[in-house]
Amino acid sequence: MHDFTRRTLLKGSTAAAAAGMLTGSGLLEWAKAWAQSAPWKPEAGAKLSILRWKYFVQSEDDKFVELMKAFTQATGVDVTINRESYEDVQPKASVAANTGTGPDLFWGLYSLPHLFPDKVVDMTDVADYLGKKYGPWADSAVKYGKEGNKWIGIPVCYTGALMNYRISASQKAGFKEFPKTTDEFLEYAKAMKKNGTPGGCAMGHAPGDANTWLHWCLWAFNGQTVDANDKVIINSPETEKALQYAKQLYDNMTPGVASWNDSFNNKAFLAEEIHWTNNGISIYVAASKDASKKHVAEDMNHAYMPVGPVGKPTELHLMFPILAMKYSKYPNACKALTSYLLEADQFNPWMAAAGGYLSHCLAAYDANPIWTQDPKRTPYRDVAKRSLTAGGLGSNGEKAASAISDYIVVDMFAAFCTGKDDAKTAMRNAERQLKRIYRT
Amino acid sequence: MAELAIRQSPKQVPISTWTRLKTNRNWLGAWFMLPAAAFLILFLAYPLGLGVWLSFTDAKIGRSGVFIGLENYEWLWDDNVFWMSVFNTVLYTVVASVVKFGVGLYLALLLNENLPFKAMIRAVVLIPFIVPTVLSAIAFWWIYDPQFSIVSWSLKHLGIIHGNIDFLGNMWNARWSTIFANIWRGIPFVAITLLAGLQTVSPSLYEAATIDGASRWQIFRHVTFPLLTPIIAVVMTFSVLFTFTDFQLIWVLTRGGPVNATHLMATLSYQRAIIGGQLGEGAAIATAMIPFLLAAILFSWFGLQRRKWQQGGDND
Repeated sequence: MHDFTRRTLLKGSTAAAAAGMLTGSGLLEWAKAWAQSAPWKPEAGAKLSILRWKYFVQSEDDKFVELMKAFTQATGVDVTINRESYEDVQPKASVAANTGTGPDLFWGLYSLPHLFPDKVVDMTDVADYLGKKYGPWADSAVKYGKEGNKWIGIPVCYTGALMNYRISASQKAGFKEFPKTTDEFLEYAKAMKKNGTPGGCAMGHAPGDANTWLHWCLWAFNGQTVDANDKVIINSPETEKALQYAKQLYDNMTPGVASWNDSFNNKAFLAEEIHWTNNGISIYVAASKDASKKHVAEDMNHAYMPVGPVGKPTELHLMFPILAMKYSKYPNACKALTSYLLEADQFNPWMAAAGGYLSHCLAAYDANPIWTQDPKRTPYRDVAKRSLTAGGLGSNGEKAASAISDYIVVDMFAAFCTGKDDAKTAMRNAERQLKRIYRT
Repeated sequence: MAELAIRQSPKQVPISTWTRLKTNRNWLGAWFMLPAAAFLILFLAYPLGLGVWLSFTDAKIGRSGVFIGLENYEWLWDDNVFWMSVFNTVLYTVVASVVKFGVGLYLALLLNENLPFKAMIRAVVLIPFIVPTVLSAIAFWWIYDPQFSIVSWSLKHLGIIHGNIDFLGNMWNARWSTIFANIWRGIPFVAITLLAGLQTVSPSLYEAATIDGASRWQIFRHVTFPLLTPIIAVVMTFSVLFTFTDFQLIWVLTRGGPVNATHLMATLSYQRAIIGGQLGEGAAIATAMIPFLLAAILFSWFGLQRRKWQQGGDND
């Protein structure tokens, strides 16, 4: 039914290779062809506005704007793009959802559509269409996108938070490859510190970096904030083990991580003050572009977060789902735009422009050459498959979002690691804070 | 009777209430105040009332919520992060205000002397106040950076210290560092306003005091300071209010970290209400600031300003 010859051609491994070339007029041509046969016909005179998170990589945003222009030319639907820092999308979306006015589409963080599931357009048809064509969707993406049997948002992409490390310093410390388990990782941190090439991960109020690695740590030891029924269970021996482990890591980090926000580790890594950290691919992208930092780019690599005693990956990555509001006068245009974004012809070059900063949730995009052209980007390919969701075992809605934005897990770890509280007190305080948020 | 009534009527035209409302001087005053009152009610009283109301509900962002009485306050009462933010706010305000007052007054006295390039120096003093807070906060952010701090770098090169100073990673260091940044930013306001006050003091008073053989300290203590108290009251009220409700500096430097050691009530309220979406609870934290602010205002107005001489009497 949707017989896009060019798309068929592009699917699979050859697809992505060709996709890189699909820019400028080619893109427009394709967009026009797509608009002709797209399953969703925008309403006559439709105009859309979208509020998206503010980009981390300029080229990603440039490409996004280009894609939107092609969409406008092909469909006649004007698209206005607004940007907000990624934490600020959520409050604006909540206000819009409940006042019934505002942008038609919101592209925000984590479980955004779950905050007001009855206020958003049912996207099940879009998700099924994309899933059938490029899928399957990664499990974590399904959890973020679906409520019950209904898709309430489309999980566009992840931004991966993985280990970044310097190759030569690691080898000098006796590690040919990055540690795969938490035990090895601790040995690694000790050896690196001993050699005067320590690393560090943010423990301050850093919404991205601190939350991702400390949730990884909590989950790696099977600590959990809440159980499947949203009952608070953080005060547990497992959490205490995670705390003890993090303390040992902290003791072997560079001093000052308790004050770090999201940008400190990027700065310190690029300045060669630290030699391992958790981050998106932005350090590598920045180092590759800066002639004076070329040697850093050449001597660094990425790795999955080590696996803890639970025996499986426990990573948390930043998920960016898109949703359409029910109040929008143009729901079909919203669906058309969302599906358009994730079609190979748009999505592949867009991912390429982001240089690994956007990780896909649909299996077909594993074949995008961005992941294999440069093997240093490969770990970010698998982010969706390895990610757990923001709510842990519990629900994925506003309570989980509040707990993350209130830095409850981060502060628990920081309080213990910096010696402010003992483990019991740190856990009890976190428990108290979580109960405040999860009270019914 | 009818005739009489007709004859009397032109004399006693009943004045309608409306005419009275239009012409009575007292009512006219009320009419003229109405626009201002409406403005104040709409933009000051209503938001304040709404904020207080929200603190009694479980409102989330964009959702009105239902009345839950004191529940938000009960949770806060038992919340050590909240109490730490209260402690931080009081510490921040008291230390910063006292230092700002001391240094500001000293600077004002200096600037009141006849210095060369007086106008230029006065302009320079104002710079920290002119620079947008976010910009100066970013400058401090670099100054306090755990790896790249200019302070640590200089001290290391001078051989005074060996490792970097952890300005924002250690709880007390972080508190003092943010207080210092606030002081740096707030001094010009105090200094320039007190300078304006100093210039209203008549030179003849100084001359008279000098003739009477008063020392410089005595002149300051018995002439300058008493005459400055009204302006000190105003300046310090504003200064305390600004400091107590500070937000930008903390948000840029630490976002309340490490481990909430620098969370002020304003930043905690924002974090919980806007970022975390718990509007009711954020409103409760903001409402909890009101008694402190009222106390500060009452102290400076009644403590510093109600001197008898200001009302024409002598001081006791």
